[in-house]
Amino acid sequence: MSIELVDVHKAFGANEVLRGFTLTIQEGETISVIGGSGSGKSVMLKHIVGLLRPDQGEVWVDGDNVGRLDQESLYRLRRNVGYVFQFAALFDSMTIAENVGMGLARLQGYGKEQIRERVAECLRLVDLEGFEGRYPSQLSGGQKKCAGLARAIATEPTYLLYDEPTTGLDPVTTSVIDELILRMADELGVTGLVITHDMKSAFRISDRVAMLYDGSVRFEGTPSEVQSCDDPVVKGFIEGRPELLESAW
Amino acid sequence: MLFFVGPVRSVGRGAIRSVEAVGRSGYLAADAARALRKVELWSPHILSEMSRIGVESVPIALFIATFTGIVLALQASYTFTGAVPEYFVGALVGKTMILELGPVLTGLALSGRVGANIAAEIGTMRVTEQVDALETLAYDPVAYLVVPRVLAGAIMFPMVVTLASLVGVLAGWGTSMALLDMSSAEFQRGLRLFFEPWDVQFALIKSVTFGITVTGVGCSFGYHTRGGAQGVGQATTRSVVIASMIILVLDAFWAAVLL
Repeated sequence: MSIELVDVHKAFGANEVLRGFTLTIQEGETISVIGGSGSGKSVMLKHIVGLLRPDQGEVWVDGDNVGRLDQESLYRLRRNVGYVFQFAALFDSMTIAENVGMGLARLQGYGKEQIRERVAECLRLVDLEGFEGRYPSQLSGGQKKCAGLARAIATEPTYLLYDEPTTGLDPVTTSVIDELILRMADELGVTGLVITHDMKSAFRISDRVAMLYDGSVRFEGTPSEVQSCDDPVVKGFIEGRPELLESAW
Repeated sequence: MLFFVGPVRSVGRGAIRSVEAVGRSGYLAADAARALRKVELWSPHILSEMSRIGVESVPIALFIATFTGIVLALQASYTFTGAVPEYFVGALVGKTMILELGPVLTGLALSGRVGANIAAEIGTMRVTEQVDALETLAYDPVAYLVVPRVLAGAIMFPMVVTLASLVGVLAGWGTSMALLDMSSAEFQRGLRLFFEPWDVQFALIKSVTFGITVTGVGCSFGYHTRGGAQGVGQATTRSVVIASMIILVLDAFWAAVLL
């Protein structure tokens, strides 16, 4: 049970975003992928659930080559992968309960009552108890992210993909989200892949950190290995020192 | 010579974009046809879409039809005075409303109301990643978003057009009696003179294709929206313009093929 991206290339027109990206995520671990804005982190994440297909290379999830799956097999795979979107991507026209229950409604064996119970349970997990009847427009940014997380975990997926879960949040809410990610891993045994710019967050929640630079993995290691890395690109990024990045060019 | 390079390049790019858009719409249409078998995804939304696309469009369609019927009666009377018997006003109002103005004006009005609404809604869902979210939750977005709207358009447009044509004829009838000193019997005589049941079938066939066009074009532009608010705005405008153009082309096509 793992996710493997092998030599993935992806270009949009002349813009080559991924150039030989390779990364393996083992069962039960949480990996953070860091990298500058526009470096292709979200593009990489979308390959895992087949929202994008690689121009070259392969993406494997639980032994299935995602790029070669037909639509039905892809939907089966997606039921096993929760995706937390950067801006939550909640459905505006639905209540929070309906949003969280969307994935469950596609699963067999879930009647209305079971869905209601599971939705309440997921909202309790993300500290949004009692928010069932509210609409996304009535929630703060942090609450929306929590609701997005509740929707992603509702189907009890094996994998959770987080696209910048703490971007734009205040330090307290960031800490709450970090705590939730840790709980998902510890209590539910979920394998996590987190895209983030937040170094403090990355070091706190991750078993390993990988840096995406120039379309491929520049460095990969434990949080302490990343912090002691001498590569000026990695050091410059995690310490927020552009002069180190410039010296590497 | 270099003076021409810029405009030629721009025309070339525009042509490529148009061909790409046609190709994308073709793929979406094929996906929608395949998605028809996923009844469990589209059927729960069909009634609400029928209400939104059809029932909520009735006021604007009737407003347009009423004034079209009034103007048709007045202009027909003005044109026929002294040359053609007055009861021909009934013939012209009936024939024109049923064959042409009922379906076309309703189609054009609804391309603004319905097509723009669909393009903006799905476009916003696209740029805010709600369409991607549907995919990750194992929902086929074409079956969930496109199929119920297009089916609702195909079902409801003929109904709205029928109602609009009827109200247009009634408005012309009332105008003839109130302002043109015609009797009801005279108007009815004209109305029956050239009426063919086939006219109604022709109008219904046209309006089904107009319904599919307006909703399908709105879905296609919305579904393929790129960028942010500007992209949604462009998708909305283009969907109205393109759907209106296709309606006029289809109008000519059906007239040439079926009449």
